Amino acid sequence: MAKGFVAITVERCKGCGFCVEFCPTKVLTLSSAFNSKGYHPPQVVAADKCSGCDLCGMYCPDFAIFGARNAR
Amino acid sequence: MSECLVDIPADAINPVEPYLRSERIPHIWCPGCGIGTTVNCFARALDESKLDLNKVAIVSGIGCTGRVAGYAALDSFHTTHGRAIPFATGLKLANPELQVVVYSGDGDLFAIGGNHFIHAARRNMDLKVICVNNLTYAMTGGQTGPATPDHVISTTSPYGVFEPAFNLVQLAEAAGAAYVARWTTFHVKQLARSMEEVMKKRGFCFIEIISPCPTLYQRRNKMGDGLDTMKFYKQVSKIRNGAPTSECGLTKSGEIVVGKFVDRDRPGYFEMLNAQMTETLGDRYVIPEASSCGDC
Ligand SMILES: Cc1ncc(C[n+]2csc(CCOP(=O)(O)OP(=O)(O)O)c2C)c(N)n1
Ligand code: SF4
Ligand code: SF4
Ligand code: SF4
Ligand SMILES: [Mg+2]
Repeated sequence: MAKGFVAITVERCKGCGFCVEFCPTKVLTLSSAFNSKGYHPPQVVAADKCSGCDLCGMYCPDFAIFGARNAR
Repeated sequence: MSECLVDIPADAINPVEPYLRSERIPHIWCPGCGIGTTVNCFARALDESKLDLNKVAIVSGIGCTGRVAGYAALDSFHTTHGRAIPFATGLKLANPELQVVVYSGDGDLFAIGGNHFIHAARRNMDLKVICVNNLTYAMTGGQTGPATPDHVISTTSPYGVFEPAFNLVQLAEAAGAAYVARWTTFHVKQLARSMEEVMKKRGFCFIEIISPCPTLYQRRNKMGDGLDTMKFYKQVSKIRNGAPTSECGLTKSGEIVVGKFVDRDRPGYFEMLNAQMTETLGDRYVIPEASSCGDC
């Protein structure tokens, strides 16, 4: 099981890409799908690599994503 | 609102959420604007500091950054342009138990509010001043401000800025600040730590955060979007804790010196007031009690 998980609030996202760029283990990529405002939110491509470090959450200017550790 | 793409525990919440007026989100800031990132750091600093949030107040001036007070789930006040510091000073004097945070932009704090800044620092007023420096007056359309570096193109400097900018960290130190640090929005961990540190430090504390304004500043200067700016910060920043602030001036595309530059103890405003009055008036002087109204 992955050490952590990441949660995305798709409708808050403005597609800046900060979370994708600064995730240390490259868990995310920007999706080709649109949210209702026309932005491309991130999607998880490597859930097993997520450490739950929440760096994505600290970088996200729109409070649209966060990570947390899984209970052991 | 459609939620996450992977299964998460039902009780998991974004650590920033308890510090936001969630009903006001989404906020007005543009895609790739750095202000929201600084708010994440502030929320984490509040969390770590374990402060009683009933005793924390946040005061902003006018500008894109000035909106922070309206999104923070604290006692907030959105003052008139440039007047965050005098308003905050009044709060602190009337209720010294409050932890008073001033959160505003470079234009608000250093142009129209510049005098208030230097005098609050001179008095070592116990305020925590957080300045999001996007190097421009963003909200009004990207005009040249007192922190806009040389050669930058702005609405009011279409042929390039030629007047020298303030070096904000040097100004803060010279005016008397007890604590001075600078980070960029790339340095989220360090910024959160500095914010937490100033919550415990007495006296006038100043944190400058270099932050992207992709819509006005970066676009006009062909510096890309928010993400390009974050990568630029990563590339050109150099951490130099304790660096002389005189060596920390900013240029359009050169090195950005970041770190904690000043951490010193100076007598605070109340200490100086009480010492002087006691010296002059002796027993006739009654030290004012914190005028706290209990649990409010
Ligand atoms: C007395 C007064 N003068 C001018 C303005 C117009 N005004 C609004 S915001 C602003 C500048 C804001 O710049 P800054 O503090 O850097 O905030 P930013 O938008 O860049 O975050 C100005 C000049 C005003 N609102 N009130
Ligand atoms: S950092 Fe936030 S706003 Fe930017 S792409 Fe990721 S989720 Fe969206
Ligand atoms: S929590 Fe950490 S590892 Fe997981 S997606 Fe976010 S940045 Fe990547
Ligand atoms: S104009 Fe600039 S500072 Fe204001 S919200 Fe947009 S990107 Fe941010
Ligand atoms: Mg500004």
